[in-house]
Amino acid sequence: MREVAIIGVGMTRFGELWNQSLRDIFTEAALKAIDDAGVDHIDSMYIGSMSPGLYVGQEHIGSMLADYLGVTPVPASRVESACASGSVALRQAIFEVASGYSDIVLAGGVEKMNDGEDTTYILATAADQEYEAYFGVTFPGLYAMIARAHMHRYGTTGEQLAAVAVKNHANGYRNPNAQFRMKITKETVLNSTMVADPLHLFDCSPVTDGGAAAIVVPLEMADKLKGQPVKIIATAQASDTIALHSRSDLTTVSSIGKAAEKAYKMAGLTPDKIDLAEVHDCFTIAEICAYEELGFAEKGKGGAAAESGLTALDGKIPVNTSGGLKSKGHPVGATGIAQIAEIVAQLRGEAGERQVKNARIGLTQNMGGSGGSCTVHILEAM
Amino acid sequence: MKSIVPRYTREIPQRARLEGAKCLKCGHIEFPPRLVCSKCRHREFETISLQKTGTLLTYTIIYTPAETFSMQSPFAVGIVELDDGVRLTTQIVDVPLDELKIGKRVEMIFRLVQKEGHAGILEYGYKAVLTN
Amino acid sequence: MIGIVGYGSYVPCYRITVDEIARQWGKKGDDIKNGILVYEKSVPGMDEDTITIAVAAAKNALKRAQIDPQKIEGVYIGSESHPYAVKPSGTVLVDALGIGPEVHVADYEFACKAGSEAMYVAFSHIKSGEMNYAMGIGADTSQGAPGDALEFTASAGGSAFIMGKENVLAEILATYSYTSDTADFWRREGRMYPMHGSRFTGEPAYFKHVLGAGRGILKKTGLEPEDFKYAVFHMPNGKFPLKAGKTLGFTKKQMEPGWVVPWIGNTYSGSSITGLSAALDAAAPGDKILMVSFGSGAGSDAFVFQTTEAIEAAQHLAPTFKEMTTKKRIYLTYGEYVRYRGKIQLND
Repeated sequence: MREVAIIGVGMTRFGELWNQSLRDIFTEAALKAIDDAGVDHIDSMYIGSMSPGLYVGQEHIGSMLADYLGVTPVPASRVESACASGSVALRQAIFEVASGYSDIVLAGGVEKMNDGEDTTYILATAADQEYEAYFGVTFPGLYAMIARAHMHRYGTTGEQLAAVAVKNHANGYRNPNAQFRMKITKETVLNSTMVADPLHLFDCSPVTDGGAAAIVVPLEMADKLKGQPVKIIATAQASDTIALHSRSDLTTVSSIGKAAEKAYKMAGLTPDKIDLAEVHDCFTIAEICAYEELGFAEKGKGGAAAESGLTALDGKIPVNTSGGLKSKGHPVGATGIAQIAEIVAQLRGEAGERQVKNARIGLTQNMGGSGGSCTVHILEAM
Repeated sequence: MKSIVPRYTREIPQRARLEGAKCLKCGHIEFPPRLVCSKCRHREFETISLQKTGTLLTYTIIYTPAETFSMQSPFAVGIVELDDGVRLTTQIVDVPLDELKIGKRVEMIFRLVQKEGHAGILEYGYKAVLTN
Repeated sequence: MIGIVGYGSYVPCYRITVDEIARQWGKKGDDIKNGILVYEKSVPGMDEDTITIAVAAAKNALKRAQIDPQKIEGVYIGSESHPYAVKPSGTVLVDALGIGPEVHVADYEFACKAGSEAMYVAFSHIKSGEMNYAMGIGADTSQGAPGDALEFTASAGGSAFIMGKENVLAEILATYSYTSDTADFWRREGRMYPMHGSRFTGEPAYFKHVLGAGRGILKKTGLEPEDFKYAVFHMPNGKFPLKAGKTLGFTKKQMEPGWVVPWIGNTYSGSSITGLSAALDAAAPGDKILMVSFGSGAGSDAFVFQTTEAIEAAQHLAPTFKEMTTKKRIYLTYGEYVRYRGKIQLND
């Protein structure tokens, strides 16, 4: 197997992109990544997208997006793993390049969520439709049940959840691509509308349109191209039960831990060697669970870690320097690739106001549903 | 019009009667029934009726539901562990929302869960009420 | 011996007071309460309808009968608020309870007497020897038009009775029906709320049929009012049944246990039969009970029951009417009530 690098990344601004369609959003991000990489063609492409069929009534977007990107007849496929679709698309690109089957593969992600459909219903299709969503549970509701169980067992508080949102908004404030570039306080979170008790509106990531793309090449080719490469030193994925209620421990998202364990092993690293991470904070509690499963905090101490400043931009292990899903936005299929774009920017030293000093090793964690699927990638600066 | 009539009809034993499948090898109970035991991978089961009482493991109150449930909100949804160890997600109804607490005892009842608009079928299923 | 082998009731936990409804329409609650002798009424939860109420009542009846649901060969549900205009309520119920598929099922409608009608049919199947067990259920989630007099009383609830010939709790000694074409109350196909003939619902309708059936069954059986421990008459409000009973020679004491209307309202097809259920909760072996239903349109079914030694052991196998209606009550504002009852127009 060949070693693999990312040679270019690109993303659209995240937000309510009223004047851009799904195809426009993806094409903009893909062109940016192609230009950043300095490649004149791609050999194939994978697009992560959770639900274009329900959001805009369009399936078969592999073909459509290759067409609008002007790259037909290259192979183009959509990959779906709910909110982890983007990073799962990246894995397909990595495998195709590592195997030697192709040299230049585009991994993209896109979601157009603001075209008028019932997004609460659509997102809930990532849960068990027949035995969870049927009874009216929503995605905020599933994470709220994790949060309540976590609070009950470990004494995690609403203030600790709020600390995650406050930190991520402070970071997103410095990100020109973020959807909600405003600083908030704990009171902003705790006084916001209740969405699914105990989660308030500001515990939840927003509904976002956006796209992101990355160009994957063999490491040996990277030097010959314009873009500054970042090496992929681990890619891992794990699954778990589709229904939250089937898990033996409702306070743990164990697919994160399973994927992380594999990724650390593949990279030959321990958690303390990670300089920064982008984690899947679809809800504030999810980031706290991620700390515990990624080895940034002990089990049950994720809430305290959030409050301690450990993961702030100037902390020991900055998490979600981009603003995370919370402030940057969460166009579900695009999120996994946007996380990669942030880590690449940080490891290249191109993150501007939110640059982490001496960042060498970065990690991304992207999950689908209530943790039914999860990926972890580790990237190294070159 | 979108309709789940065939699926609804197929799921009546689970929704209406809480029928599960007990593994003939290790005794683990699957709900809903599966073809392969999630504990021992055995493939033979017997149909059983689940216990109708259990304990609330966690819950939430949904204030922002999908459109189908908009008239009901706010409403409570929780994860219940039935007395035979089976866990399921269910609404908890007929309760002032501030009386909910992890660890409370519940009983499963039969209620209307969804309506397919004004003209489609009525979809019934299990819900939980607090027993005390 | 043929009769009831299991009985059970269900009343939703939601209530709205007469005072709260009166306040909404600028009326004096006390005047209305004194006029109808009803103080509050039950309201179905947003996820309750005739079917779920019938299932809950039938589960309680099965608990008392202690028989395998598979043994039930006939199921009849009477209601004026079947959730479907076309598609039976009974099919949902039998699948929910694990009855059938070898079972005869029918839905009935006869305004407020559809429940006693279902009991009558279930009883007749046992008596004919066609079936060993059959269940008759009456349940309703009735709608009174906003602002109408019926809004103070139209409520939700139901009762179920399993008929059989083994381990009988209450033998059926006699039945009698009295029917004529009298349009005192009706609802046309496709209309949400019923219409009624106001005071025409009294003498020419309720009293003519209830008294006709009451006198008829006393004559048929040769029994006198004092032979009965309890008497139950259909309860469209609190006053009518007391007046009808008094006219026939019954005392308030005989009527009190089955006079369930003041705190739950008129449960329509569930009304007189829930009164019967409450009387059975109170009965001792050997007690005779008279029940006279009334359905607008109009007709009355009268039954004479006599409890057996088995009644006492069965009473606490399921929640009694009193336990069910006093243990948990959630009071609604009028605004919540109209939301619960789907009286708010929504976009699709």
